[in-house]
Amino acid sequence: MAVFMRKSSKVINHLKSKMGLLGVINLLSPSTLFHHQELSVAAPIARTLRNPDADLSIKATLFSSQRFKSTKADKHLNSLNDADDNKILDFPGGKVSFTPEMRFISESPEERTRCYRVLDDEGQLIIGSNVIQVGEELAVKMYTGMIMLQTMDTLFYEAQRQGRISFYLTTIGEEAINIATAAALTIDDCVFPQYREPGVLLWRGFTLQEFANQCFGNKADYGKGRQMPIHYGSNKHNYFTVSSTIATQIPHAVGAAYSLKMDRKRACAVTYFGDGGTSEGDFHAALNFAAVMEAPVIFICRNNGWAISTPTSDQFRSDGVVVRGRAYGVRSIRVDGNDALAIYSAVEAAREMAISEHRPILIEALTYRVGHHSTSDDSTKYRPADEIEWWKLARDPVTRFRKWIESNGWWSSEAESSFRSSMREKLLHAIQVAEKVEKPPVADMFTDVYDLTPSNLHEQEKLLKETIRRHPQDYPSDVPA
Amino acid sequence: MATVLHGVGAATALSASKSIDSRKFQLPSRRSLSERKGSFLVVRSDGRMVQGSRALRAEKLITNAVATKADTSAASTASKPGHELLLFEALREGLEEEMDRDPHVCVMGEDVGHYGGSYKVTRGLADKYGDLRVLDTPIAENSFTGMGIGAAMTGLRPIVEGMNMGFLLLAFNQISNNCGMLHYTSGGQFKIPIVIRGPGGVGRQLGAEHSQRLESYFQSIPGIQMVACSTPYNAKGLMKAAIRSENPVILFEHVLLYNLKERIPDEEYICSLEEAEMVRPGEHVTILTYSRMRYHVMQAAKTLVNKGYDPEVIDIRSLKPFDLYTIGNSVKKTHRVLIVEECMRTGGIGASLTNAINENFHDYLDAPVICLSSQDVPTPYAGTLEEWTVVQPAQIVTAVEKLCQ
Repeated sequence: MAVFMRKSSKVINHLKSKMGLLGVINLLSPSTLFHHQELSVAAPIARTLRNPDADLSIKATLFSSQRFKSTKADKHLNSLNDADDNKILDFPGGKVSFTPEMRFISESPEERTRCYRVLDDEGQLIIGSNVIQVGEELAVKMYTGMIMLQTMDTLFYEAQRQGRISFYLTTIGEEAINIATAAALTIDDCVFPQYREPGVLLWRGFTLQEFANQCFGNKADYGKGRQMPIHYGSNKHNYFTVSSTIATQIPHAVGAAYSLKMDRKRACAVTYFGDGGTSEGDFHAALNFAAVMEAPVIFICRNNGWAISTPTSDQFRSDGVVVRGRAYGVRSIRVDGNDALAIYSAVEAAREMAISEHRPILIEALTYRVGHHSTSDDSTKYRPADEIEWWKLARDPVTRFRKWIESNGWWSSEAESSFRSSMREKLLHAIQVAEKVEKPPVADMFTDVYDLTPSNLHEQEKLLKETIRRHPQDYPSDVPA
Repeated sequence: MATVLHGVGAATALSASKSIDSRKFQLPSRRSLSERKGSFLVVRSDGRMVQGSRALRAEKLITNAVATKADTSAASTASKPGHELLLFEALREGLEEEMDRDPHVCVMGEDVGHYGGSYKVTRGLADKYGDLRVLDTPIAENSFTGMGIGAAMTGLRPIVEGMNMGFLLLAFNQISNNCGMLHYTSGGQFKIPIVIRGPGGVGRQLGAEHSQRLESYFQSIPGIQMVACSTPYNAKGLMKAAIRSENPVILFEHVLLYNLKERIPDEEYICSLEEAEMVRPGEHVTILTYSRMRYHVMQAAKTLVNKGYDPEVIDIRSLKPFDLYTIGNSVKKTHRVLIVEECMRTGGIGASLTNAINENFHDYLDAPVICLSSQDVPTPYAGTLEEWTVVQPAQIVTAVEKLCQ
């Protein structure tokens, strides 16, 4: 008996420790459990199996599964103890109860997972929202950040069309995701972007000039001209260099979270990807790993409906991306990606959970990719132009947020036009400056492949310089040799 | 030099695994020649030990002093008592020393934790350092390699173990596109001091999928370094050097060499990642090899010596970049080169090495470079067939005879 009690309290303590922020489940006190000689731990396990919101993992216990006889405890038992379902057996992975009824789990839920949203289309707070308060200063900063992002997108896109930069990729329609997520994070959180998140870097202080330098690949670019435009990266802003490959950054984020966990830092890793990226193997393994390793990482999926020309109906058949979280044991939420306040609240809550409970969180932000995939794409080829127009005008996240801050008296149309024109001017100036700056020297082609340049690369550099010297007319004049 | 050849005899009888008495396994005492922090001994390819924080080739190697034959015990390692251990234990010892030295070093891979690793390289480490520093991962090579890269970029120094090198084909995307590239494309802002290691090569009837030679696929990737260990001595030395390197390093071990026994020094040492190892100096022909084929070459060398030849055997160790300095000196001396490798004929390390030698030392060659490799076939399961896909000592003897006509 004494042995039983010890083991039982271990189970209960274990179950208790797994509760976290989810609220309280009424646990039986040990005394009620030991009412009778025969006891089973069916009661607390029964309720957890039945409670869909419980995020408890039930380790195999050493108890026998005898029928519970106490009348007091009976009250807490749910229909689990109906005639058919009272057999519980141990398998690797825990106890599971049997049923003689052959029931397949439906491939789609009766109701799709609900989407968290607090601002309606007119920018009014919905009654009864739980939302984290955002004051004037933060709100205006968020809004102006979104304007800056829009200005960048407009001008750089135009610059590409004019042939001044070779490539660009806009974030139109996803400004709220960019800025609001960044606002809820701290500078210590490591960000692993896909490529449609320059707003996060913008929020952290990357200047318009720095953006322009990277797009023009000049010698002031931190990447030393080695990557395509929009492949920003800055270690001092904790923003890891964009790599073109899809979803490879997701396991990187898990590794970074593992590193933060080992260092016991009060910070998390954050990674972004689109709906298309969730089809990659790396997504699945990374979520699985993060759950198993209890890593503090936030996975933010920008479900914008399109992966270049592939709509989500051709990408997956699940109820979006949020349902996959549960499949891997990851807590998840679906948010309206065009509602800056909802995103801000969700990310702040997620960050707190990730760091204090050492768990990964999946956030699916539903939105729409208003722009083309990139400057190499014309999306009117595969989707109707009026659909794009509708999302651009009627469902614009920036307009929605502006309506909210204007209704609070924190913004006006004069402030709007003056801010936009000053931004435009600053960015045009930055572009002009960046265009004139020299390109990186030929020597930079061979450095940083390794920490120290090896002899074979020195040799190859020498060969190249000699060739340039002999045939200067065949090489661009603005690249210093 | 003398110590290295002890391992040769054990090479061909690799069947029985000797049970290891764990009490024999001791941590080496940290006696070093100087008390300066960060100073350690580096073994040059001629067997001399020098002090240095980096094995730079600023000083010239005096090649004449190298002409000590295998019998002399001129190497200073022989004067210290040292301790005997098997190759996988040497790897573990190197790993453990580095984990003691630097708390950022961590290990991740399948079954590396409490199971101790499928070749026992990480046995006992999880108990000593905890589950977080010796991490068991789910089965997703691309993803845990990606995880290692992410961890490396944020300050850790992970060692990623592929249970078999062949599985790292699944990690090719992360290794090529991120591991090799991110230091470069980020403009030097993020470094990736990761070590990727695991057993590869043709074993004893492991089947085609588990007998891959990945060094041929990885050799083009810019930004990574590749080394192959072949003795307990260089296994430990290369492991330590790889961990300390700021670049991503792929360390190739061989499935059949884990139970080689050798006496290694007690004091701390590392081997240079870019240097080749002079196994047997000679005059008539240069034989370049690495990993398991070294032992087939040494066995052929015995036959060749009896027939009156004097082969110079070099274990190239560094697969990327090649140590063209040591190799070049040898070619200039002997004027004949034979390459013996386990890679396939097409696109293997031997193919690249042949090209490098032809390009750089063409004038010194008296005969075309001969490269003995495995055939371009998946490794068959049947034991006799498998034996004949890899280069055997008899073929090496024939090739040398042909070369020296």
